[in-house]
Amino acid sequence: MAEIRIAHLHKRFGEFVAVRDTTLTVADGEFFVLLGPSGCGKTTTLRMIAGLELPTSGEIRLAGEDVTFRRARDRDIAFVFQLFALYPHMNVRRNIAFPLLAQGLPRAEVRARVVEAARLLRIEHLLDRPVGGLSGGDRQRVALGRAIVRRPAAFLMDEPLGALDAEFRALMCEELRLLHQRIGATTVYVTHDQLEAMAMADRIAVMDKGVVLQCDRPAEIYHRPRSIFVADFIGSPAMSFLDARPAGPTAARVGEATVAVPRLQEEPPPELVLGIRPEHLRLADSAPLRGVVAGVEYMGARQVVTVDTAAGRARLRCGNEVKVGFGERVGLLPDPTRAILFDRASGRALRSELFAAAGHG
Amino acid sequence: MSPDTARSVVEPGATAKLLAAVLVAAYALVALIPIVWIVLTSFKTPSAAIAYPPSVLFSPSLEGYVNVFTQRTRQTPEYMASLPPPETWYDALVRSRNMVIAGPSRFAERYWNSIIIGFGSTFLAVFLGTLAAYAFSRFRVPLKDDLLFFILSTRMMPPIAVAIPIFLMYRTLGLSDTHLGMILLYTAVNLSLSVWLLKGFMDEIPREYEEAALVDGYSRFQAFLKVVLPQAVTGIAATAIFCLIFAWNEYAFALLLTSGNAQTAPPFIPTIIGEGGLDWPAVAAGTTMFLVPILVFTVLLRRHLLRGITFGAVRK
Repeated sequence: MAEIRIAHLHKRFGEFVAVRDTTLTVADGEFFVLLGPSGCGKTTTLRMIAGLELPTSGEIRLAGEDVTFRRARDRDIAFVFQLFALYPHMNVRRNIAFPLLAQGLPRAEVRARVVEAARLLRIEHLLDRPVGGLSGGDRQRVALGRAIVRRPAAFLMDEPLGALDAEFRALMCEELRLLHQRIGATTVYVTHDQLEAMAMADRIAVMDKGVVLQCDRPAEIYHRPRSIFVADFIGSPAMSFLDARPAGPTAARVGEATVAVPRLQEEPPPELVLGIRPEHLRLADSAPLRGVVAGVEYMGARQVVTVDTAAGRARLRCGNEVKVGFGERVGLLPDPTRAILFDRASGRALRSELFAAAGHG
Repeated sequence: MSPDTARSVVEPGATAKLLAAVLVAAYALVALIPIVWIVLTSFKTPSAAIAYPPSVLFSPSLEGYVNVFTQRTRQTPEYMASLPPPETWYDALVRSRNMVIAGPSRFAERYWNSIIIGFGSTFLAVFLGTLAAYAFSRFRVPLKDDLLFFILSTRMMPPIAVAIPIFLMYRTLGLSDTHLGMILLYTAVNLSLSVWLLKGFMDEIPREYEEAALVDGYSRFQAFLKVVLPQAVTGIAATAIFCLIFAWNEYAFALLLTSGNAQTAPPFIPTIIGEGGLDWPAVAAGTTMFLVPILVFTVLLRRHLLRGITFGAVRK
């Protein structure tokens, strides 16, 4: 088990900068998720930790040791690939045993550890099957078996659930998380699926264009996104963004209405964006912020209402007891303790009491 | 799509099937007639072989096979009568023509040369081709595209066009009429095919397999041996068959560059001359035996061959 430290990591492919001056620390035993849209550099970062790609500059430390330019096989890490990369010419047992054979362990120990790993993943009954006929989930488990059998210092996973169908993904999410709790190994997990990230991570690093935008616990990222990109990327339905102008330290003008916000701790720029999560927006007849209902989606116990205002489109989540119809004029009331103001020009969140509360400035 | 259309695509009708079967059978017949004729001829006596109209039903004889392996001399009836009774069936067969076996012919030797040179050059071409293809497929080779084109360009002119330069070069280097010389020549000709075919196969093998092995504690070379090579078997088998067929059947260079020592079977077989004209059954027997190794090799690898040729046509 080990801590992973990345400092000023930089990776260029010709003219294209895949990863830009990235500094991260993954604590020992942590489940760390690199999250971002495709092409954001998360997989490249992971491959550099694995040693499958060498950085242009920067440093990678694994358990305190500098491994930046060390070969993959000398790093004591396990990698789970998106398409699992199970060797098709070997059966399940030989696939799982493959990393142990590289270490030249005695045959009896290899056998025992393969069975142990298979038992942990409940795939003992599959050991003598060829990998060809396995279901997606079982392939996934075999790939995990091949990773855990070696007891490596860290696990690296590159969208390991990406190839599974949605229903199965939820189940494997849960299994992965349980497995992590049982083994407690440092894990770096790459995904573009924010739900997966939120469900599993101890901490999430959101990346875009080769840069880590924010690195925090899932709840922090959700409630205190520090940029429009992060706010927009996390959460489903997404946060609503309304055009706004400054109106003193505790309010903003949205269209003709004044909306209360957590007390600002810096001077606001002239062009703002008000960000509000769907569950922090209520329908209120008397509210000054007005709009027209443009859609209602029933989601079982709850519903998502889309409202067009003069300042932009907003979505809110409320109970099914609220009856609204298409085209109806409604008032919107954002939760004054939860609204976030962003600088329109830079996309940065303005410092406010909301952030101060969690110790973030 | 209506169910009718779907069925007509998936399951051809009885008439279509019959038509296809007839066409295939007709083509097989046309393709096989020369081979069948050669095999039949190899079991005929010399007189039956040149009989007109040709005989299809005849009593088989192994005379062709005996003749292709032996050298015989005609003797006077008095000498024949003075001999002790024949010890073997082939002695008896030869004596029935008033001849005795003077010694073995050079057929076995030439056949063996063909095997050494054919399989030797195939092994070398596939071995080098596999390594080169892997490197071209996986590494950032400087001038990769130019090098690949250069390799392909060696096949843009018929090899026989440079026969004279090669002949002179081989004579200077002492490679004329040597096994090594022929192996190198056939390897050189086959290498471009081998590199290009195998690069295609290598490109189809996902990199993740090797990367998984690299992370799992194996060196690049071990990953290649244990993970890539087993995946590439299909392509290697297909390539090997193509290379072997070329080297095995090659005639012109063998005729030009080999004589007493390293001569292969193709230039030797037509030189089998009997009394008063070509000994057709012996030529046919030599040809029949010449076909066997390719047949065996292809049958052994045919499972791979079929998959190999269609490999990459459909992406999974």
